[in-house]
Amino acid sequence: MHIPDGYLSPSTCAVMYAVAAPFWYRATKKVKQVLTTRMVPLLSIFAAFSFVIMMFNIPVPDGTTAHAVGGTLMAIVLGPWAATLGVSIALMVQAIFFGDGGILAFGANCFNMAIVLPFVGFAVYRAICANAPSGSWRHWLGGAIGSYAGINAASLCAAIEFGIQPLLFHTSSGAPLYCPYGLTQAIPAMMLAHLTVAGIAEMVVTAGAIAFLQKTMPVIMALRVGKGV
Amino acid sequence: MKGIKKLWFGLCILALLSPIGLMASGTAWGEWGAEEFSKMLGYVPQGLARFSDLWKAPLPDYGVPGIGEVTGYVLSAFLGITLILIITWGIGKVLANRAEQ
Repeated sequence: MHIPDGYLSPSTCAVMYAVAAPFWYRATKKVKQVLTTRMVPLLSIFAAFSFVIMMFNIPVPDGTTAHAVGGTLMAIVLGPWAATLGVSIALMVQAIFFGDGGILAFGANCFNMAIVLPFVGFAVYRAICANAPSGSWRHWLGGAIGSYAGINAASLCAAIEFGIQPLLFHTSSGAPLYCPYGLTQAIPAMMLAHLTVAGIAEMVVTAGAIAFLQKTMPVIMALRVGKGV
Repeated sequence: MKGIKKLWFGLCILALLSPIGLMASGTAWGEWGAEEFSKMLGYVPQGLARFSDLWKAPLPDYGVPGIGEVTGYVLSAFLGITLILIITWGIGKVLANRAEQ
């Protein structure tokens, strides 16, 4: 889901930076408020976890690959604003040092994976287990369903960003300038990868990590249980 | 915090296991390079050709030049973790200093 440079027009990239910017601003404000708690070293751990988990490429039946992100997990443990910051940091390191995701497309990639993904994932999780005690099974179940919704919402956004390119940006003879695949190709391809393998991987990672934390480090799970955005 | 070492330990194990991700052949949808486009479509879209090499990452595809693919992938995982640790620590410091003022 890491859009490389050249797939989105510079104007699309600028719009996506503009959309992501207020979220980044609010995220730094929000995280500042919780700095007195024990969450900052945890932010490092979960951002690093997200980075590493994205290296586990899984084959998709159509011959491409996909991976989990771990953003909803971060939102459940640290809150969705901290997840925005944490996933953005992981994406920045991936783009700058490893060429995974573009520099121009960084705003779009952050919008999809660091904003849409954790917020959708968290909203669904909250709807399932708002007031359950921190050791309840509802948390890992809510995490599983929420993370599945989150990664698929992110994937749909990426597909739309890809798919509008040939409609909006082409030469006078109609040849696409950027991503050559329209919505009817991008949406089925991206959704196939994420409704199946990547979505299931994200569910397993999220539910597994929550069950592990509940069992071995209940204090971490209890940090934010019952709290809103 | 008690137990946080356990999490770092788990993360190191994951980094060591990361080359499992290399077994999946193929590229993620929409992440093909310009060369793959000329093979798939017979041409490279103009704008894509222009911007795709805008930034030259030092360790493309999590590989370290001159080192085997698997070792390079593991080194990249540890380097990525270290960079994230430094950046997060730095952001935490800056925000904490501002909060004190």
